[in-house]
Amino acid sequence: MFRTIFKGKSFSGGVKVPENKLTENESVEVFPAPKRAVLPLAQHIGAPCEPVVKRGDKVKTGQIIANSKAFVSAPIHASISGKVTGFIKTITPSSGKVVEAIVIDSDGEDEWERMEAMDLSAPRDELLKRIRDAGIVGLGGATFPTHVKLSPPKDKRIDTIILNGCECEPYVTSDHRVMLEEGEKVLLGLEVIKRILSCDNAIIAIEENKENAISHLRDLIKRKKISTEVVSLKTKYPQGAEKVLIKVLLNREVPLEGLPFDVGVIVQNVSTARAIYEAVFEGKALIRRVLTVTGMVKRPKNLLVRFGTSIESLIDHCGRMEGANEVITGGPMMGISLPVLDLPVTKDVNCILVKRSLRIEERDCIRCGSCVRACPMNLLPTELVKYIKAGMYERCSEYYIDDCMECGSCAYVCPAGIPIVQYIKVAKNEIRRRVKGGS
Amino acid sequence: MPGPHIRKEVSIEKIMYLFSLALMLPAGASIFLFGRHALFIILTGVLSAVFTEYIAKRIRRQRFRMDGSALITGLLLALTLPPRLPLWMVALGAVFAIAVAKEAFGGLGYNIFNPALAGRAFLTACFPKEMTRWVLPFEAVTSPTPLNSGFVWHNGKIALYKHLFLGNVGGSLGETSALLILIAGFLLLALGIIDWRIPLCYIGTVALLTFSFGKDPLFHVLAGGLMFGAFFMATDYVTTPITGKGRIIFAAGAGVLTVMIRLFGGMPEGVCFSILLMNAFTPLIDRYVRPRPFGWRKTDEQKRGS
Repeated sequence: MFRTIFKGKSFSGGVKVPENKLTENESVEVFPAPKRAVLPLAQHIGAPCEPVVKRGDKVKTGQIIANSKAFVSAPIHASISGKVTGFIKTITPSSGKVVEAIVIDSDGEDEWERMEAMDLSAPRDELLKRIRDAGIVGLGGATFPTHVKLSPPKDKRIDTIILNGCECEPYVTSDHRVMLEEGEKVLLGLEVIKRILSCDNAIIAIEENKENAISHLRDLIKRKKISTEVVSLKTKYPQGAEKVLIKVLLNREVPLEGLPFDVGVIVQNVSTARAIYEAVFEGKALIRRVLTVTGMVKRPKNLLVRFGTSIESLIDHCGRMEGANEVITGGPMMGISLPVLDLPVTKDVNCILVKRSLRIEERDCIRCGSCVRACPMNLLPTELVKYIKAGMYERCSEYYIDDCMECGSCAYVCPAGIPIVQYIKVAKNEIRRRVKGGS
Repeated sequence: MPGPHIRKEVSIEKIMYLFSLALMLPAGASIFLFGRHALFIILTGVLSAVFTEYIAKRIRRQRFRMDGSALITGLLLALTLPPRLPLWMVALGAVFAIAVAKEAFGGLGYNIFNPALAGRAFLTACFPKEMTRWVLPFEAVTSPTPLNSGFVWHNGKIALYKHLFLGNVGGSLGETSALLILIAGFLLLALGIIDWRIPLCYIGTVALLTFSFGKDPLFHVLAGGLMFGAFFMATDYVTTPITGKGRIIFAAGAGVLTVMIRLFGGMPEGVCFSILLMNAFTPLIDRYVRPRPFGWRKTDEQKRGS
């Protein structure tokens, strides 16, 4: 069962980025429950939820306040106890989309509504249902509903579970702290995943810059006699991208337009595993997460934050520094800069990075080929940009634009400062629009 | 605004100035070997190239910026010229290189041909006599380059290699000293500015082919402009393919052409024209030599067309 442990495995392409993990030694601090929580109805990929509460309703912490009948969706829970005081429109910090949100004003009691605790002996369907009821989505940033990911089509045999603790984005340390401080919960969450998928072969992948997390989890595994292997990977961006990770660990390539289960693999994030633990063993819905507040703040921290908390209040808590004029949710490579700060923390916010905005002049491509060498998907970013600029969108498909995962490695190394990812995003939308309009 | 919100410490200027800094080695050698006139040729080349760029940008109503690319073109052109070329010819070559080969095609990033080599080719066509007047280093005696048919050597092979390696032979300003080209070239390789595939495949192809034609491969590698061209001309970003595989094809093609011209052509040296010819193939190579995308399978080919 145990395969040889390779140290420093890596992949072709990608980039070395300064790690800047300022908060790797900061213990997670519990951020007080906010007086008011703003909870967007779409915090996941899939169908948005419909409210199941009315204005004036009293709600308890952990109570479902919005749900959907669709399979690919996840319910939203009250993150504080109190009264529903209204419905507003807000912007989700990570997608930038305008969505409906429920506003709850706290009664200061923080009275919980819990589900019944379960254990590993529960039937598989019950466990899956619990994960859905707890509103769990991929906490690495993808926000794909976890119960969907854990229900692969019947004809796909899963032989390996990968627990992703790479955290290859600079600055972000939330997964790192979760592994260190709540390693047991992560491992028990993984046992739930194993049980659901009837697959006992699991690998926890961690970049070698988190050595203490690697040895901590290895110790726990040894003590608990679990059949799980912790693999140390080279610190290189984007090591934690699903497809890259599967290639590095198992030498399997997820086919074009395919998903990990096409090669017998399911990848889950370590923080998601922790959320699964809380849902199953403690009956707690997903109403908070660990996130990193870092960059140009006086006291960079890892905070355990209730969803719906204002991002601005977190930055104020950590003390914004003079000269900072931009706030990014997510890491600096794939994160999004926020138009305004008065936005709620949602399920996918793993990091709030305060920084000075980068001013880069876009120049003409000098065809140096750096982007070609950096692309982990073996695409030709500069050729894509050339065709996008010329409006030749059919050519873009021929150059496999859909396989771009927008990791940003190409733009990071570009000496001409070309915002390649931005071009590609715009083109992808345009191609999608044309396909829709044409057929 | 999507990411990335951080960037590598790199810019067009940084690359260009590091490249020109490396070129100072062969440039310095040329002044040491061929004297004051070499310095004048270099200065004339650089100044006329930069000035032409300025005028061209004014005419095209674009912003002129000292990005270092015109400086490199002037420097590279000067280093490929014979040591006694009249300065006005140097200037004319630089004007052609920048105005016609570079700016007329759209400026940096859009030119098809290596501007410096285009300038040299232009001068060779216009002034065939002056462009083949070679002198020996340290003395004003006319002498053929090692590749010319008039070249004779009596002092044994090792001494010849030594002379070629150090640069104590007739030839263009920057091409004679293999030693300094190698130092500069390895500097650029270490800095990650040039791709190792190109010099390796170019020089390797020439060595292999000359050997299989029964010639002395070491002589053909050290003599003439091969080293200079392989490290500094065939590695030009704009005019060579962007993929690793494409660059290997480009370099091997240039190697084949160089040997063909040297052994069977009407000219003693073929580096300049072989690179220019391969420049013309670069768009074609980039169109058809593409890496296999991640997760690609045989069945994907029909789905999307090639």
